[in-house]
Amino acid sequence: MSAEDPQVDQSRRDLIEEFRRKRIGRHSPDLRLLLNRMRMSEGKRPYILICTKPHREWCLGRKSGARGSEIEVMPEVIFHSPEEAEWEIFKRRWQELTGETLT
Amino acid sequence: MRTGLPRKRIAGYASRMSVRPGDRIDFMVSCEDVSDYAAEIVRLISGDHHPDGMGFVEEPVQTDIAAKHKGRFQQLYAGSFAVIDDIEAFRPVTDFTLQAMIWPTAPGKGRQTLMGRRLSANKTGFALVLDEAGALAVEIGDGKAIRTISTDTPLREREWAFVAATFNASNGTLKLYQEPVDSFNRSLAPNRREARVDGMKPATGRMPFMIAAAGASFGNGRLVADCHFNGKIDSPIAVAAELDRQAMESLRRPDCPLPTAILAAWDFAQAIPTDRIIDRSPFARHGRLINLPARAMKGHNWTGEILDWKQAPEQYGAIHFHDDDLYDAGWDVDVSLIVPGSLRSGVYAAKLTAGDEVEYIPFVVRPGRDQKKAGAVFLMPTASYMAYANERTGLEGGARIHAFTNHLVGLGPGDIWLNEHPEVGNSLYCHHSDGSGVCYSSRLRPILNFRPGITSAWIGAAGTAPWQFNADLALIGWLEARGIPYDVITDEDLHEEGFPLLDGYNAVLTGSHPEYYSKAMYEALVSYLGRGGRLMYLGGNGFYWRIAYHPILPGVIELRRAEDGIRDWVAEGGEYFHSFTGEYGGMWSRMGRPIHALVGVGMAAQGFDVSSYYRRMPGSRDPRASFIFDGVEDEVIGDFGTVGGGAAGLELDRYDRSQGSPAHALVLASSESHSDTYFPPPDEINNATAMMDGRQNANIRADLVFFETQGGGAVFSTGSISWIGSLSHNKCDNNVSRITENVLRRFLESERFVVP
Ligand SMILES: [Fe+2]
Repeated sequence: MSAEDPQVDQSRRDLIEEFRRKRIGRHSPDLRLLLNRMRMSEGKRPYILICTKPHREWCLGRKSGARGSEIEVMPEVIFHSPEEAEWEIFKRRWQELTGETLT
Repeated sequence: MRTGLPRKRIAGYASRMSVRPGDRIDFMVSCEDVSDYAAEIVRLISGDHHPDGMGFVEEPVQTDIAAKHKGRFQQLYAGSFAVIDDIEAFRPVTDFTLQAMIWPTAPGKGRQTLMGRRLSANKTGFALVLDEAGALAVEIGDGKAIRTISTDTPLREREWAFVAATFNASNGTLKLYQEPVDSFNRSLAPNRREARVDGMKPATGRMPFMIAAAGASFGNGRLVADCHFNGKIDSPIAVAAELDRQAMESLRRPDCPLPTAILAAWDFAQAIPTDRIIDRSPFARHGRLINLPARAMKGHNWTGEILDWKQAPEQYGAIHFHDDDLYDAGWDVDVSLIVPGSLRSGVYAAKLTAGDEVEYIPFVVRPGRDQKKAGAVFLMPTASYMAYANERTGLEGGARIHAFTNHLVGLGPGDIWLNEHPEVGNSLYCHHSDGSGVCYSSRLRPILNFRPGITSAWIGAAGTAPWQFNADLALIGWLEARGIPYDVITDEDLHEEGFPLLDGYNAVLTGSHPEYYSKAMYEALVSYLGRGGRLMYLGGNGFYWRIAYHPILPGVIELRRAEDGIRDWVAEGGEYFHSFTGEYGGMWSRMGRPIHALVGVGMAAQGFDVSSYYRRMPGSRDPRASFIFDGVEDEVIGDFGTVGGGAAGLELDRYDRSQGSPAHALVLASSESHSDTYFPPPDEINNATAMMDGRQNANIRADLVFFETQGGGAVFSTGSISWIGSLSHNKCDNNVSRITENVLRRFLESERFVVP
């Protein structure tokens, strides 16, 4: 990482828009780089989903990759589509990395 | 139990995956907080909960199994070890020498037993152990107290060491020897310890002599072990006398005469394919291995010159034990079924219900010996189900999994059960707890991802794609919906019976991902095709890995992830040959059996976010293909489906002349527009470039291929795992369904195909 290549470039509003419009599937190279960095930034307890109704409802959780590690559940954070969940996680990571709250 | 998580409370497995009418099948069940449950047998039609899918469809069938059962908990005892049959020989031992070469893989992970007759709760016996810090220690218990001495120097992970302990009752001296032997740029400082334990001697106990674990309890015919060792043990020797260091060294030579006080000298290089360990002493104090630790493992004396254990078994005298090995759960039977003659061939399950908790234990009913075969047969890829049994990437992928799959993981109740029960054992995609690869997988334990109605935790957005069994169930639903009679058989049947099992069927249909093939399975298919058989390969990444079924032990396969290919773990150099059979392991394409030659296409790419569609190619206009596209005017094929939204997705195979695709094969359609998270397998990447992903790489595609064979048969390949997920779209009125049915109906006709 360098000054010319910050971990997350806050000025790239176009990437936020691209992700907001299309959350799962093919992305532009710059958005792919941003997503990979954001996703790898979480370290030991990445976000996961817990399916509460097959194909219809999920709640947010966190879990480390360690075998048998605790699954932290956030039952109040509910999603009704995978895309909704991806956007929420994007916003949370953006906030964690830049301090900026996206709406 | 944690609140807020969906919870699975019943888990079970069956004694078999495939039965004929008249056969008996047993179901073993464990319940948590379930006092009683109802049992019935159902025929499974569809397990697709996708909003656009067929739904969950099952039909109850009449059998005479008992309807009501008491729920009970049955424990899983993971961890491999050896137990010596002759218990009495080790009971009176006072003076002893225990020695071995070891390669510890998790020193410091709790107390671990190398060998001994332990010391259970009643504080009797003796054992050579690694203590909590990973240092060599010896314990003796006189029935009142346990005395331990340790070298207090941890052994180093994955480095060979000579270890030994002696006890001399007459002078009350315990001695320890810990000597690293790997000389390459490493410290060789030996470590010795000696202590007096005056007046103490090992008390007689009921425990048998064990290697790589200690006895926790022993009763009702079941030996329960604990303090499992992780790592390799080579040439363990037990002597009923104190030996000096020089005598120990002599004993390491196989030609050295054994001392008269020898108790046993086990040679793990003998009987490698079995679950027996052989004592080369005159007493023949052989033992049994429990839970299949890894064999044909490089020993301390491996030179690197020999790569095949059969050529120098003496260099493969190590067994790698793991605290999470599990072969046969060994549960007591709860429900038994004698398969009624009235059951037609198909996919069935024992359905166990307690309130809103339902467990399905699937099995196949194949046609009876005297029954007329249907024209079509679904060859259920149960070897591949076993390879994926209890696969845990969604639970254990960490942060990397989101970047890898391009979507979040979504855990279901089965995944949560798996997380809470690591003792249910591993898939061939897992690492052992010590980081080594898992090369054996059995079906004699609950397999949580061998269930109708479930999806993978990590494949498809939010883990919504079915994988293996439930993905293949969509083919059953489609066959039923289209009114096409079919039989069902399994990989295991094909392995055992070979070509005659297929003889007489007009068309063989694969599942979505028939990745793992034994030699017998592979040759049966080749024989079938050579005699006019018709094969519909309705999946992707098929026929990729060679596996071995154990020739004697039921329900277990072996895989060596050798050389190349997509490898979730990588076999070590020198460990590429199966222990079960001695066969070379790895990819079929590297053993003169290119997938492309068998089915016209071979592995091109994988990705796990969204699926795509095919576009028709000139081959589809060839008169030879006119029957395939009868009634299909569309240029775009399969831009719909319940697996990633398209018929071309997850794992893709392409036509490639240079890898053996038949020259006369017709490429009917090719997929395009794949996501930038689709990548080729390592076997397609000989030199990395910045143009490998699905957005830039024309080789990332599925080819729909058809070709005739010399015997009058033909092959139709979709080259895509998600194809089957598109069949039922719009009540089966769609171009994927039409093409599949056109092919199948023609394949069922007896008229020969002719190679142009
Ligand atoms: Fe696979």
